[in-house]
Amino acid sequence: MRQNDGIMNTREKILEAVLKNQPATTALPDISVFKGDNTDLTQKYIDIFKTIGGDAFLVEDIAAIKKLINENFDTGKRIVTTLPELSDSFELISAEADPHSYENIELAIIKAHFSVAENGAVWLTEGVMGQRIIPYICQHLAVIVNAENIVPSLHEAYEIIGAGEYGFGAFIGGPSKTADIEQALVLGAHGPLTMTVFILK
Amino acid sequence: MGAHLSEVQIASMGLEKLIPQKKHLGIFLRLLARSATGQPITIYSSHYKRPRKGQEMHLILVDAGRTRQLGRPDFRDSLKCIKCGSCMNTCPVYRKSGGLSYHNTISGPIGAILAPNLDMKNHADLPYASTLCGSCSNVCPVKINIHEQLYKWRQEIVKEGYAANTKAFGMKTMAWTLSSPGKFTTVAKAGKWFMHNVPFVVNNKFNPWYKQRDMPDGPKESFSEWYNKNNETK
Repeated sequence: MRQNDGIMNTREKILEAVLKNQPATTALPDISVFKGDNTDLTQKYIDIFKTIGGDAFLVEDIAAIKKLINENFDTGKRIVTTLPELSDSFELISAEADPHSYENIELAIIKAHFSVAENGAVWLTEGVMGQRIIPYICQHLAVIVNAENIVPSLHEAYEIIGAGEYGFGAFIGGPSKTADIEQALVLGAHGPLTMTVFILK
Repeated sequence: MGAHLSEVQIASMGLEKLIPQKKHLGIFLRLLARSATGQPITIYSSHYKRPRKGQEMHLILVDAGRTRQLGRPDFRDSLKCIKCGSCMNTCPVYRKSGGLSYHNTISGPIGAILAPNLDMKNHADLPYASTLCGSCSNVCPVKINIHEQLYKWRQEIVKEGYAANTKAFGMKTMAWTLSSPGKFTTVAKAGKWFMHNVPFVVNNKFNPWYKQRDMPDGPKESFSEWYNKNNETK
């Protein structure tokens, strides 16, 4: 109890100092004027996504995606998906399984809500990930996005997700890259080595 | 990845890192990566609202001097920093000296205006490690007036008595010298005489200014002397 009192005191002390020291409030700025360029979004997305180290394919249907996966990935290894349309070929992700049990997945195929043309990122929530760990723990990540679900910029993206309800969501922009140490680029240190996006016409 | 495998997730954040609404995050995400590494977006931009099923999640809001900085109207804008690092990458002093020379966790121009708030005595030298060229303010994506704050911190540091005695004395001498043309002419004449006749009085091992550099040879006459001489013909 005594310890709890201590925490409350710190919190109250800090909040009191904020209240005392903060400047006068100003009106919330209107950011609705910010808009991205709405032309040729599919091609723009593909171009940007390739510059950030990803690979993108424009495809007609799910069968074409299956074919490309068989051609480009090691299907002898463990491949998981959240898409029922792919469950005949690949393992369906269980939301209930221990996240550590996915430590050996080669490829994860999941569907994004939308993607962003100006920066190449896809928007994923835990619902479409199957499990939060999936897009991070796989060796290779494949994401399917409908061509009509490409937005021009992050401004349009936050118009969609700003009021959205989700426990966890993330923008993922390409394969895992870091150059923190001696400016040497390392792929796959924090996540997958490659990221492929299939844009479904 | 660690956050999604652990049983407990603890996130710690400075209490200034608050934005009004979720939809405003787009503004800052767009600024961050392009001002930091030049990427269009950071690879992972994670949005946590709840722990995953069976996981615990804790958020710690850290003050550590931020409320005090909020109470300094001249310096509170420094709290707008999104830690992109563009002021460091552009700073001529940082580019030559590197991050460790700032003896503070946050280095560069932004570190030099945040550090005196934490410990003015220990960081009294940092606001002086600047040419006040203004490049930092020019590139700052959230428009912090960094070079103006560096200049203001110098005044605070002198007022609080944390400037080195030699610096305070030197500045006072300079102010006295420059306060009238007569004093200036006399001192300049004396300076020229010393440099020509007894240079060892100033250039010796007790004067740290001469440790790695030298003064150019002093001019034979000042501009005023030259002007007066050449004007006599008129």
